[in-house]
Amino acid sequence: MPDDVMQRVISVIAETQRIPRESINPESTFEELKIDSLDGINILFAIENEFNINVPDEAARSIRSIREMAEGVEKLLANA
Amino acid sequence: LPGPLRFPNGAEVAGYEPRSHFDEKQLSYLDDFAQFVLVAAREAVRDSRIEFRNGLGSRTAIVTGCGAGGQQTMDDGFVDLYDKKTPRVNPLTVPRVMSSAGASHISMEFGITGPAFSISSACSSSNHALGQAFWLLRAGVCDVAIAGGVESVFSYGFLKAWEAMRVVSPDTCRPFSRDRKGLILGEGAGLLVLETLDSARARGVKIYAELAGLGMSSDAHHITQPSAEGAANAMRSALADGDIPLESVGYINAHGTGTAANDATETRAIRRVFGAHADRLLVSSTKSMHGHALGAAGALEAVATVLAIHQSCVPPTANYTEPDPECDLDVVPNKARAASIDAALSNSFAFGGLNAVLAFRAMR
Repeated sequence: MPDDVMQRVISVIAETQRIPRESINPESTFEELKIDSLDGINILFAIENEFNINVPDEAARSIRSIREMAEGVEKLLANA
Repeated sequence: LPGPLRFPNGAEVAGYEPRSHFDEKQLSYLDDFAQFVLVAAREAVRDSRIEFRNGLGSRTAIVTGCGAGGQQTMDDGFVDLYDKKTPRVNPLTVPRVMSSAGASHISMEFGITGPAFSISSACSSSNHALGQAFWLLRAGVCDVAIAGGVESVFSYGFLKAWEAMRVVSPDTCRPFSRDRKGLILGEGAGLLVLETLDSARARGVKIYAELAGLGMSSDAHHITQPSAEGAANAMRSALADGDIPLESVGYINAHGTGTAANDATETRAIRRVFGAHADRLLVSSTKSMHGHALGAAGALEAVATVLAIHQSCVPPTANYTEPDPECDLDVVPNKARAASIDAALSNSFAFGGLNAVLAFRAMR
């Protein structure tokens, strides 16, 4: 996966959650970062805007970690 | 629609023709939601054969639940301002948008001069409204009340807001089913005529059921996630308020939105309150058929609950395909069931943890 997608995902999450970038790494889970379901949809909204993609509800439901989110974005960008 | 929408289905009021209920002049004052309120109030008044004469109008209350008010009117105003850049908006915007407009129009139409107001607690609005009307009667403030709730959801801005919540199903609403994917938005109004037993007996009219208890609680938990304890507290309070023993409850009309979180949490709450009796309860979600009508939900479900008692027939949970171990109750899948019901609950658990449960009892 290109590093910049991961870095941009981390930036979006840091901004949305108002937490330091350094507290997030690719292996962090949403649970560790105390991201609940409402935070999750807020992050998805920011991700959709950042990458100009549409994340389907079905795909959104299964994402539990930063890596899964970055991989999901990758896949959507590839299919765009 | 002016743009894309991720979900194709919604439970609109079928075949609704505003002009067969109102003239053009009236319609200019009425957002869709206020039209729904008036149509439902007329039906309720007709069915109850009540007449507001000889001072009864001043002994009658009106309490309507409504989550959002005149969203279509608001949308239209925003399009004028921000898109068409018009220098002014329709002067009827405020009287059409205000969520209490339904109560006002009922008051004017029937000459009802007692207490009238609107209650807003998102998806619990109707149950809070019916509950307040019930307590006004119990306290002796009024003899009669017209109460229930309303919502109109099919404006593009409002639908997009719900799309962003990611709780709307891409196909249909399958409450308690393992493959459930969310709710389906619905709209409409439910209004009930409540009156004291003395008043109903004096009029010699058909009594559908007794509204016996109201239970209210708040979760103090989260702005969207449900809590089993908050839900359980509201059910317990409703039973206590109506002095209803657990074992006499035969049916629960569930909040049952069809989201992953609600249905599992509600199941836990029901088990927590009812213990072993939970396995003898019939629990169904009529949202599987009329959709989630938000501020109108509790009123539509109160009607379903009352008729289940009155007709000894429990409505099903439609669209059910597969059992979910997290929702292991008898959810009356897909087929209505004949059952004699002594007492029933109707649950509403709103976003933000505002819970209201009504308890109904059969008139024997």
